[in-house]
Amino acid sequence: MKAVSILEGRGVPLERSDVDTDQIIPSDWLKRVERTGFGRGLFSEWRDDPGFVLNNQSYVGASILVAGPRFGTGSSREHAVWALMDYGFEAVIAPSFGDIFRNNASKQGLVIVQLPQGDVEQLTEMIKQEPTRLIVVDVEHLRVEVPETGWQRDFTLDAMTRERLLNGWDDIGLTMRREKSITTYELTSHAPSLTGIFDAGGHVR
Amino acid sequence: MARTLYEKLWDEHVVASPEGEPTLLYIDLHLVHEVTSPQAFDGLRLNSRQVRRPDRTLATADHNVPTDPISTPVTDPISRRQLEALEENCQEFGITVFPRGHENQGIVHVIGPELGVTQPGMTIVCGDSHTSTHGAFGSLAFGIGTSEVEHVLATQTLPQQKAKTMAVTVNGQTPVGVTAKDIVLAIVAKLGTGGGAGYVLEYRGDAIKQLSMEGRMTVCNMSIEAGARAGLVAVDETTVDYLRGRPGVPSGEEFEQRANRWRGYVSDDDATFDAELVIDASALVPYLTWGTNPAQVVALSGVVPSPDELDDPDQRDAMLRSLAYMDLTPGTPMREIPVDVVFLGSCTNSRIEDLRAGAQIAEGHHVAPNVRALVVPGSHRVKKQAEEEGLDQIFLDAGFEWREPGCSMCLGMNPDQLKAGQRSASTSNRNFEGRQGRGGRTHLVSPVVAVASALLGRFATPDEVSA
Repeated sequence: MKAVSILEGRGVPLERSDVDTDQIIPSDWLKRVERTGFGRGLFSEWRDDPGFVLNNQSYVGASILVAGPRFGTGSSREHAVWALMDYGFEAVIAPSFGDIFRNNASKQGLVIVQLPQGDVEQLTEMIKQEPTRLIVVDVEHLRVEVPETGWQRDFTLDAMTRERLLNGWDDIGLTMRREKSITTYELTSHAPSLTGIFDAGGHVR
Repeated sequence: MARTLYEKLWDEHVVASPEGEPTLLYIDLHLVHEVTSPQAFDGLRLNSRQVRRPDRTLATADHNVPTDPISTPVTDPISRRQLEALEENCQEFGITVFPRGHENQGIVHVIGPELGVTQPGMTIVCGDSHTSTHGAFGSLAFGIGTSEVEHVLATQTLPQQKAKTMAVTVNGQTPVGVTAKDIVLAIVAKLGTGGGAGYVLEYRGDAIKQLSMEGRMTVCNMSIEAGARAGLVAVDETTVDYLRGRPGVPSGEEFEQRANRWRGYVSDDDATFDAELVIDASALVPYLTWGTNPAQVVALSGVVPSPDELDDPDQRDAMLRSLAYMDLTPGTPMREIPVDVVFLGSCTNSRIEDLRAGAQIAEGHHVAPNVRALVVPGSHRVKKQAEEEGLDQIFLDAGFEWREPGCSMCLGMNPDQLKAGQRSASTSNRNFEGRQGRGGRTHLVSPVVAVASALLGRFATPDEVSA
């Protein structure tokens, strides 16, 4: 996973709330077996409409998505995060996020910035007024800025998520530092395993 | 100190709790299906890692499988690739798998409980948001993304943030005709799609206790639609009786000893919750969704809502958009809205009790003209039992399709889909735009409402079907 400290890019104002993961990446895209190429599926249903914001030339090349509340509700599909990142987004700024989506994002290095609704609305206005304005997301100092206007807001990130982003750490490697604890736990666990229930063909013994 | 069930389950599964880092929880059971696992197995291979506990991992093919007769080939090349990848990966890593056609195959959240593999006191995860279903057994069960699937395969653990607890107490008796599905639709409507965010819900109260295990599974299944991490129902004799005799549990004295331990998976009497929602079961009625998220619920006896009822301009805009997509006019009685397709299936409602309830309504009647109605049992075991009871013949005689097990029309990933503009009465759990097929209009309902609607060709309750 790539380390992330400061992101700088233009924003796209997605003025919608309750954007669920079925909209971010429709179900038929879940059939791929590779991790790559999902960018073409990002908001694919909405992109069919020429008026959709991602089709607006002014926002081409933007790397920061600014959206309404409850972004990423619905299914656990991590493909939603892959689609956003494959398309070119490095951060999403919104007043609230779906729980599983936020979690998935933190595993992949997509920076999730939660700001109060009023602040997101201000930011949205700034981008709409002037699409070329740069937004800076500083993961180190937990601050979002629009340098051109001097607008600045602090945000919070789970400490572990921030460490992972800053260091580019992969989850499994981090966990395997604790392998002894896992083995110790397994020796004392009551929970039954599947041993003895099925034969080699998966039939009940 | 008094603890809620969630806190007991959490405490029992802590592997490590390092300062400044998330807690590492042990995962007792990892359920796998073909959609969210290929990249996880690829990741293991790329990093030369093994599956740590194949004996705690169980796989089934469900999302992509066609529900046509088993001999019908899988025509979609990508679906075929995913199904093949599941079998190859399970073979390579030594994991028990139930491919299409296997006698134990079915929807992942149907097979775990029916095989007795889902048990109280466990932590259970799967790369699917409706994993919350298993919480009906007093287990901590939740959905995870593909990277977490890889993490569990490699380490049998998961870093987790502890959630807050919410008691969802449903008091009193549900009126006749009100099902578990109606209870959970009411809960999701009350909480909203974000109201449960950050919480694990524990469903309590007489109306919940009176539900069968299958009813409890229906309720827990839709916990995620309220934004919750997971849903739980405490263990009682209903739980123990359901599990007794199933393949995954021991028999005789060993079973009774295990059952004794299970009975401890309840919240302490004096435990406190971070939040509580109280619902009066006697005030519930049959519901359905009208809009494009599961919280947009209305009584079946009611009318399409109007944006004028809302103060907030954003909410009004959202409602207008939903109404436009669903092609609904405010004020229209729900009972006057015709349906094109009826789907009785999904991890929410496809178990034997759902099929029995539906067959009871269908018997002696016929699906209305111009309505396509399909019944998709949740697993081969459910299908077999239904056939032993003659339910298949009842449905077929009534003009329903009787199909092979799979996720089917719940989500547009296999051939069972709505065409653009078609309106469905569906016993599944999500009505997002395009969920059942591009341009499809989904209304979530209970199994008995689904069948009544199929017979009358419009949204209906069973009492409207002539005797």
